Amino acid sequence: MALQDKDRIFTNVYGYQPRNLKEAQARGAWDGTKDILAKGKEAIIEEVKASGLRGRGGAGFPTGLKWSFMPKEPPKDHNGNPKPSFLVINADESEPGSCKDREIIRHDPHILLEGALVAGFAMGARAAYIYIRGEYIREAETLFAARDEAYAAGLLGKNACGSGYDFDVFVHRGAGAYICGEETAMIESLEGKKGQPRLKPPFPAGAGLYGCPTTVNNVESIAVAPTIMRRGASWFSGFGRENNKGTKLFQISGHVNKPCVVEEEMSIPFSELIEKHCGGIRGGKDNLLAVIPGGSSVPLVPAEQIWDAPMDFDGLKAVGSGLGTAAVIVMDKSTDIVRAIARLSRFYKHESCGQCTPCREGTGWMWRVMERLRTGDAAVEEIDMLQQVTKQVEGHTICALGDAAAWPIQGLIRHFRPELERRIAENMPEAAE
Amino acid sequence: MADRYIEPDTPELRARWGNFAWTEANAAKAKEIVARYPEGRQRSAVMPLLDLAQRQVGAEENTQGWLPIPVMEYVAAYLDMPIIRVVEVATFYTMYNIAPIGRFHVQVCGTTPCMLRGSDDIIAACKKRGMKPGHTTEDGMWSFTEVECMGNCASAPMVQINDDNYEDLTAERMDAVLDALAKGETPKAGTQEPGRHTVEPSGGPTTLKEMVSENHDYRGEW
Repeated sequence: MALQDKDRIFTNVYGYQPRNLKEAQARGAWDGTKDILAKGKEAIIEEVKASGLRGRGGAGFPTGLKWSFMPKEPPKDHNGNPKPSFLVINADESEPGSCKDREIIRHDPHILLEGALVAGFAMGARAAYIYIRGEYIREAETLFAARDEAYAAGLLGKNACGSGYDFDVFVHRGAGAYICGEETAMIESLEGKKGQPRLKPPFPAGAGLYGCPTTVNNVESIAVAPTIMRRGASWFSGFGRENNKGTKLFQISGHVNKPCVVEEEMSIPFSELIEKHCGGIRGGKDNLLAVIPGGSSVPLVPAEQIWDAPMDFDGLKAVGSGLGTAAVIVMDKSTDIVRAIARLSRFYKHESCGQCTPCREGTGWMWRVMERLRTGDAAVEEIDMLQQVTKQVEGHTICALGDAAAWPIQGLIRHFRPELERRIAENMPEAAE
Repeated sequence: MADRYIEPDTPELRARWGNFAWTEANAAKAKEIVARYPEGRQRSAVMPLLDLAQRQVGAEENTQGWLPIPVMEYVAAYLDMPIIRVVEVATFYTMYNIAPIGRFHVQVCGTTPCMLRGSDDIIAACKKRGMKPGHTTEDGMWSFTEVECMGNCASAPMVQINDDNYEDLTAERMDAVLDALAKGETPKAGTQEPGRHTVEPSGGPTTLKEMVSENHDYRGEW
């Protein structure tokens, strides 16, 4: 049942071996890329659809379907010339808990670049922009260098891989704004503006970067595409449960004995993931308090519900949470759970772009109440008021940051209300910093 | 994005930075950067150019670098865009320093995954050395910021100091890194845990063990 090494896509994820082109090719990158492209756009999209790959950036939208939304005939600009299409690769990995794209970029950048060509070709894009978060300074240097290597070897640029298709890849560095991970904010940022999300519609596939058809995909979704093409859709869909196919990079942080990033089969039970790769929960299974299974935006799950849950989109939805980016934040019983969530509220307050009032004002308001709940300096009714405010923020903003700020608090109230009430009863303002 | 204040535009500031221009090397780099974007879309280059300008300022005054208003004006003129659009970008993105900064910008991550692994101790170690949030020490060496998630969660807690990350910190390891920097040395970046390579489980990987010693090609086993 367990995933074998031969079926892992990111074989150099720990960076024991060099990341340069020659060594990457020896591991299997850029292997027969020309033949993949020769299959044609439709065939690539069909294969990716059949593989069951769902977007790895958090929302889990089927990747092949997303690619098929790109217009077959390019729209014309006001002079009657066809507009180019763009692929934007989202490497703005900033969700607390997430640290997988960094490992792909700094240890196996050629897998990503090859994926950019395959995906870009399939959707008829003229170029790809890889938007890498600004804090990944060394990682961006690696990516720039890998790109230059690929150009020098004729794998990218004019007549990429000898396929007859011209395809450019550019790297664009962000500068420290979480919100730019939202696809339309990313497009705004690429255009040289503040990263504030756009209203949809129009969707990026119709009018995205520079008003041209654009698809935004996560690094991992793009990077797995060439291997899927080489090994076939049925190989990839042989892993994981129905509707949750493939392999996935899991990132386990927090109170496990050995935090790590590891590629595993989708739907692996939480307990197996932790026991096998992370040396178990710190202090043993009974010391587990709660888990945030998909990055900070998803609600926490208490120990007894998470232990046997399959780590996939549907399995975590069933316990009231989500897979997100598969960033598993583990908290043992020593955790001040209210503080852990309050710190996330502070994160969202810091990262709100300020465009929509419910989020701009609400994130700060929620954080301040959370800080008071942490020390118990509040009234019991305020728990309900907080719950109500999260509902007023959720779904009332242009992008999902408002939702992401609301959900962790809702999860806390749902599962740890007695703890909040206990603190209010004991009211210990002296515990404040 | 709040809690940041732009350095006021004073005659002294203008006297110091009013003549800012690219160095020869950076002029070539700036040209190459603008060429990454389609014609007529040179405004897209504002972010990389602000970064370049900040680094040039930093190189001149031996700090991490920051963006005085006249430097932003220079970038605006270079890209033929209104100055306010450049200021908007510089103030929106937290990696642009809009006030003077020290030699080393100590950015300790304090978000939940790092907090769970003990970032409180790392922050305390910084405070013990006189560092305060949003403040530069008297000797101009250390500026301190508690930042939000830096994406090193599997090797938390961590700090980013200028361009390098130091991960798997304890208060002692943090002290060692800061001591080395103060002495002008270059401490090893990445994980500070003895025996750990990157983000494999500490003590050795549970998967892909062949890769440790050789560049293994798994295709033969497909």
